[in-house]
Amino acid sequence: GRAQPRPRPAAAMQFMLLFSRQGKLRLQKWYVPLSDKEKKKITRELVQTVLARKPKMCSFLEWRDLKIVYKRYASLYFCCAIEDQDNELITLEIIHRYVELLDKYFGSVCELDIIFNFEKAYFILDEFLLGGEVQETSKKNVLKAIEQADLLQEEAETPRSVLEEIGLT
Amino acid sequence: MALKMVKGSIDRMFDKNLQDLVRGIRNHKEDEAKYISQCIDEIKQELKQDNIAVKANAVCKLTYLQMLGYDISWAAFNIIEVMSASKFTFKRIGYLAASQCFHEGTDVIMLTTNQIRKDLSSPSQYDTGVALTGLSCFVTPDLARDLANDIMTLMSHTKPYIRKKAVLIMYKVFLKYPESLRPAFPRLKEKLEDPDPGVQSAAVNVICELARRNPKNYLSLAPLFFKLMTSSTNNWVLIKIIKLFGALTPLEPRLGKKLIEPLTNLIHSTSAMSLLYECVNTVIAVLISLSSGMPNHSASIQLCVQKLRILIEDSDQNLKYLGLLAMSKILRTHPKSVQAHKDLVLQCLDDKDESIRLRALDLLYGMVSKKNLVEIVKKLMSHVDKAEGTTYRDELLTKIIDICSQCNYQHITNFQWYISVLVELTRLEGTRHGHLIAAQMLDVAIRVKAIRKFAVSQMSALLDRAHLVASSTQRNGICEVLYAAAWICGEFSEHLQEPQQTLEAMLRPKVTTLPGHIQAVYVQNVVKLYAAILQQKEQAAEPEAAQDVTQLMVERLPQFVQSADLEVQERASCILQLVKHIQKLQAKDVPVAEEVSALFAGELNPVAPKAQKKVPVPEGLDLDAWINEPPSDSESEDEKPKAIFHEEEQRHVKQRQPEADEEELARRREARKQEQANNPFYIKSSPSPQKRYQDLPGVEHIPVVQIDLSVPLKVPGMPASDQYVKLEEERRQRQRLEKDRKKKKKKDKERKGRARRRGSLLSESDEDVAPAQQVDIVTEEMPENALPSDEDDKDPNDPYRALDIDLDRPLADSEKLPVQKHRNADTSKSPEKEHVPVTEKKPKKPKKKEKKLREK
Repeated sequence: GRAQPRPRPAAAMQFMLLFSRQGKLRLQKWYVPLSDKEKKKITRELVQTVLARKPKMCSFLEWRDLKIVYKRYASLYFCCAIEDQDNELITLEIIHRYVELLDKYFGSVCELDIIFNFEKAYFILDEFLLGGEVQETSKKNVLKAIEQADLLQEEAETPRSVLEEIGLT
Repeated sequence: MALKMVKGSIDRMFDKNLQDLVRGIRNHKEDEAKYISQCIDEIKQELKQDNIAVKANAVCKLTYLQMLGYDISWAAFNIIEVMSASKFTFKRIGYLAASQCFHEGTDVIMLTTNQIRKDLSSPSQYDTGVALTGLSCFVTPDLARDLANDIMTLMSHTKPYIRKKAVLIMYKVFLKYPESLRPAFPRLKEKLEDPDPGVQSAAVNVICELARRNPKNYLSLAPLFFKLMTSSTNNWVLIKIIKLFGALTPLEPRLGKKLIEPLTNLIHSTSAMSLLYECVNTVIAVLISLSSGMPNHSASIQLCVQKLRILIEDSDQNLKYLGLLAMSKILRTHPKSVQAHKDLVLQCLDDKDESIRLRALDLLYGMVSKKNLVEIVKKLMSHVDKAEGTTYRDELLTKIIDICSQCNYQHITNFQWYISVLVELTRLEGTRHGHLIAAQMLDVAIRVKAIRKFAVSQMSALLDRAHLVASSTQRNGICEVLYAAAWICGEFSEHLQEPQQTLEAMLRPKVTTLPGHIQAVYVQNVVKLYAAILQQKEQAAEPEAAQDVTQLMVERLPQFVQSADLEVQERASCILQLVKHIQKLQAKDVPVAEEVSALFAGELNPVAPKAQKKVPVPEGLDLDAWINEPPSDSESEDEKPKAIFHEEEQRHVKQRQPEADEEELARRREARKQEQANNPFYIKSSPSPQKRYQDLPGVEHIPVVQIDLSVPLKVPGMPASDQYVKLEEERRQRQRLEKDRKKKKKKDKERKGRARRRGSLLSESDEDVAPAQQVDIVTEEMPENALPSDEDDKDPNDPYRALDIDLDRPLADSEKLPVQKHRNADTSKSPEKEHVPVTEKKPKKPKKKEKKLREK
């Protein structure tokens, strides 16, 4: 019999998780439909596994019937799951590209930026990857799309300016 | 109105926004759960308000809480409300929340269809984009069916930003609604030549993913992709295309020949490691699938191996790891090319990174030969001693066993050596793999008849120091080997030198601390030993000694009768009664040995684990046909089970579709399996050799090979395998001399003939090393006419099966995607009229800024 229930794959990348050194989840993006319970289980298992690895170990590991590619940037771990035939190195490049995008957007990004603006981190990811596939290989285009979408967000974006709205400043 | 707005704004001023929530959680580390439940209460209040901004803020906070693991499915309807807000700011948050927490089971998802359709056709590309992104996460079969046509239309949108998203999401739509593939495919194919590189690469992505799963339907696209591959400079696209060719080549070998050249060029020229790695992998895959009929075949393999060696030698752990991984693929078909780099692989066994060591171990598996097995295992054994973590040590252990047992012990020339390796491994404390060692001991002892005497001597030594093996806790998995030891000593007791000593060892009080299933085997095999001893004593005319053994049994068996384990208790009580009966007979001087031995008469034959399943159905026998006609409808009322069967039968007869039949069969097979699993009388096919005593008169024919008695039979305590290494070397030396002598003779005889075949070419090839003992039962027993195929490996739940669709057949009218014309016509003009579940009463007019953007 099969050892583990197989998450039904539907994309090159199955999911991406960002978590801190303390094991706190900072972002999760699932490109395969899974129940909340299953997601939690996978997250818990992977966070533990990755955090238990020694710092100088390579970035890949086999897990269930998937390949896990992860990389640590400062206090954050970026962790992706791909399928057996997928390319680990290009996945590392995807992770790196995403970090670069965050960095450009926030201006030398740190964990706190992602915590306090987590929805932005998602928006950036969504312009870069769609359904687990790279949708835009040009950094410039991704950032341009985000900036323009941000422009559409009016004053409602910063609730403090509500004061301005009712003339209290 | 104005007042209401102001009121709403003031309300908002006192609401927490996301940042406040995050900060709050950070400040309440002590009572986080309590704080969050407070926040959720607040959020629930906020969601009740009319103000969409307040709602959006609440949903945004919920999305954050969802990430922390809190259930927010109760807010699904509110999320839809926010999704349908007219302002992009809110819409974006709504769709983000939906993509994070909606799934196929979310029932309100069906309310979103019209809203999503409206957003897809919004004049603002960002509305459309956000809807597409969200859809990619939560598209259901229903949504896919209803929106397939809208999305397909978007593939031709004027803005590349929308086109590329639409193309990518089409893949998800295909998966959920396979019927859409054929009607949408022509347009998708057009996109391969889209002027925008982003759209083009999206189309490549989707078609490559589709083709990877069902390559045969995409062969006709090969020329187009070939052109793309040789012209593209985008590494991301190249990698996809190369992967696609990897999938196509096995179906069209001619492609392989065309591919090798551009691929080797890329291997030589590229500086991108990811591309190099992909090329090497594909070349390997292509070469494997084509086996030999390729020009420059071995040159290409050599090139790959060379490049991989460079990766493995790199200081970057990642490249090292991947190099080893790819090397293992070559190993399967070209072991010789890889074996040349044995030094490198052995070196990696010392790497500080465990994952690299494990990869190297995988490679070793394929690198062993008769000649180097002993050396490699020796190296591994030394790593076992050094290993820090139990995980890695256990991995080493399984690898040693895998390496040695592969292909029916193909590489083992001396089983005494192997058994002593296994015995050495029992000294590992805290391993989880005791049962693996045990299984090997049993397998070797059963299948290599010539080794039984040696095995028995080693096993009895093991039983003798069982207190060492089982000394630590019950959790200690290594005590599993006692299971094998006890069984081997019992079953092959005729080979025991000192059966009485072993019997006493097996009856020690300490045995009762072993796990129940092991004790049960002890009890059963104690009787076999007892029978052997009785026979021995009676033949030697020592009735008193025979009675002493019986007395020992009567004294010691009660400790098992008291066992809490039912199996142990039951066996022990039966046997105790039996022994007591024997004792009575012995008191009357009745000879009993013959009859007691008859309990265990017969030879044991291993049976292949799948033997029973492989018995073919005899011709003319239809297992699904009714033996008796099923009862008619009128009868079915009174008895329920009959009704069920009847229904099933009808379905079966009427639908003669092969697919349905297959499903049905699979279901029945499953049901049968279930039933068998619950049926205690059903003899299951299990991987362990089944016990079958047969009354065949063939016992005398067992070839008993004389064992070289220069080997010390008992080596308690000390590492033993080394001794056998030396002995084996000596044996081989003798063998070689012998052979040389024969060869000379032969040469003299056939001087003019082509006598030197391989002997002179490969001076010391693997085949030359003849094993000291043969594996007698190499092919396990199979029923007559057994079918060799293994049907059970196919996965009936493969989600890509539905996409195995012929794409070249012209499109029929009936296949066209469902279009909802009246809606499509309206939406762009008056989107506000749509019925959407919005409580927002008066959608504000777009602000000036927004307007400007729209006009662009």
